[in-house]
Amino acid sequence: MAISDPIREGLARGWKVTDASRLTRDLVLEADVVVVGTGAGGGVTAEILTRAGLAVILVEEGGLKSSSDFKMRESEAYPELYQESAARKTLDKSINILQGRTVGGSTTINWTSSFRTPPATLEYWQSEFGLADLGREALAPWFERMEARLDVAPWNVAPNENNDLLRRGAEKLGISSGLIRRNVRGCWNLGYCGMGCPTNAKQSMLVTTIPSALDAGARLLTRARAERLRFAHGSVESLECRALDAAGTDAGPQRITLRARHYVLAAGAIGSPAVLLRSAAPDPYRNLGARTFLHPVVISSALMPEAVDGYKGAPQTVYSDHYLEQGPVSGPIGFKLEAPPIHPVLYGITLQGFGAQHKRLMKEFANVHALLALLRDGFNPESPGGMVGLRNDGSPVLSYPMTPFIWDGARRALLAMAELQFAAGAKRVYPVHEQVVDGYGTWKEAKEGIERLPLVPLQTRLVSAHVMGGCGMAGDPRRGVVDSRGRHWQIGNLSVQDGSLFPTSIGANPQLSIYALVARNASLLAEALTKRPAPAIA
Amino acid sequence: MQRRAFLRTGIAGAALLAVAARLPAGSARAEGAARALGASDRAVLAAIVPVMLAGALPAEAEAHRKAVASVVDGVSQTIAGMPPATRAELGELFMLLDLAPARRLLAGVSAPWPEASAEEIAAFLQKWRSSRFALLQSGYQALHDLIIAAWYAQPESWPAIGYPGAREI
Repeated sequence: MAISDPIREGLARGWKVTDASRLTRDLVLEADVVVVGTGAGGGVTAEILTRAGLAVILVEEGGLKSSSDFKMRESEAYPELYQESAARKTLDKSINILQGRTVGGSTTINWTSSFRTPPATLEYWQSEFGLADLGREALAPWFERMEARLDVAPWNVAPNENNDLLRRGAEKLGISSGLIRRNVRGCWNLGYCGMGCPTNAKQSMLVTTIPSALDAGARLLTRARAERLRFAHGSVESLECRALDAAGTDAGPQRITLRARHYVLAAGAIGSPAVLLRSAAPDPYRNLGARTFLHPVVISSALMPEAVDGYKGAPQTVYSDHYLEQGPVSGPIGFKLEAPPIHPVLYGITLQGFGAQHKRLMKEFANVHALLALLRDGFNPESPGGMVGLRNDGSPVLSYPMTPFIWDGARRALLAMAELQFAAGAKRVYPVHEQVVDGYGTWKEAKEGIERLPLVPLQTRLVSAHVMGGCGMAGDPRRGVVDSRGRHWQIGNLSVQDGSLFPTSIGANPQLSIYALVARNASLLAEALTKRPAPAIA
Repeated sequence: MQRRAFLRTGIAGAALLAVAARLPAGSARAEGAARALGASDRAVLAAIVPVMLAGALPAEAEAHRKAVASVVDGVSQTIAGMPPATRAELGELFMLLDLAPARRLLAGVSAPWPEASAEEIAAFLQKWRSSRFALLQSGYQALHDLIIAAWYAQPESWPAIGYPGAREI
């Protein structure tokens, strides 16, 4: 069956898309609004602003890839669709960060998990950051609108075995689990969401808001890196960009100058603070780049008696919030349990050891079950988050201190996952840690072993797929970079509209939190710029 | 004797680490960071690949040689797609491994890489994996990730692990 490609069709219809790596001279463009980034924040912003009648330019560092390009091959997907070939690291190299770098940003390669912002998170923002207008009731209509726009709905297909093991293990232990809602339409249940959806079922920005904005006349520049904002008289006067070279990794010779009435940063929680840092933007209270959160993830592999085939079927469909609900949000760090997709490269690099030790578990690839625990960082003074800084060449790098408070949660998470995996019938359990060689054969053995493991950076392998914060919102300029509408506290014609807004982590996969908050803030921005009511989200 | 050798290694190792730390990571050098691995970098990798992937590569000599070469090519290609700062750091890692004193003292490999035994290379990987220096641990992990990714990205590696690849659509 032939699958239509909405991007190639749109290009054929005459979309204004420029691959900056092919420019032969410098470019100067003007619009009403320049939006940096095309992920969850940039996509939603672009659609709302263009529907309000504003001329929008979108700037994207990655390339424009679409369903015809998505071949479900790790060898192509990681270099083409991810920041730093899916090997972006924190400064000390101890946390591997998965982030998109393509049109649609991380929404093009995420695993479709859709959760509303947990009420406990919103309450914390209200009490600790003065975000009185971001209550549960105030945001509910924005969640409803974006859920309708992006087909967020319960997934009524049986979970794959990897996820069902989480459900069954939780049931055995008598702890709660639930089914994850997904943003899909006509999903084929293939299991390759992380390599770009080849059937356009995932309702990412790539197939929803961006085509809609381009149909309404927006202009998209790809392989263009936003370098710095130029300020004059307290406002942004222009955005200077560099075209990338043909490989898309290094700056090419061409410069692009963009001028607009208003500028929106939506380059992700490493990229957005980086643009402001390179621009030497005002930061009187030293909030910029600080409080960057990761939901640090620890992983536990298990060997099951039967085939799991964890590469097959919708990747994340079951979760447990049991360990988020054991105490107050500001107490000992809680964690969310999910089951990730298992593909040869991603699993192979995550798995500790080399030679015979590594091969022993790879040989059992089809019988491997994996769980991950997302640690809910940012709700306690002992979990202050990381700091985005710049290397000498201007590229961003995140330093993220794993404090004893966070390691305490990591240990409880490794214990909880091992217990659950044995309850689900695991033969052996292997926490992802350099000092775990042969794994554990019983829960008792695992408990003793994990309690003794030295939990330190690099020895414990950590990953993150959720970078948040760094341009945090607050009710006053002392505590944040932007206000509750995403408007910069010191620069009038500048907004931030992406996951870098969050003053803490979310405590759940963040895509829907970004969609809803940005839909609200972009609508407020459209009203401010047009002096008319914002368009309905359709 | 053993203790003195350890001390000597410790001091020389610390000095080498200090030199490595001063190499201009992500600075002016990064702007022109090489994309392709040089012949000496490839020789280092070609020695390490069969040990990192021991048991995973085909046993037959010609197939084994081809598999090693394809992994070295894959690593080279991955590095070429990295941003300049990362390419510069990885370039420093290979440069360090290729310096004879560093190879002897930091890696504990006495013979030049192409002549080093599998046992010696395995001991080096294990030593860096559990080193008290974060720089060496992260050097091990960079080699681990690059080499393992380059192998398991190839369909040739899949039958042995029971991965059928994506279904045709």
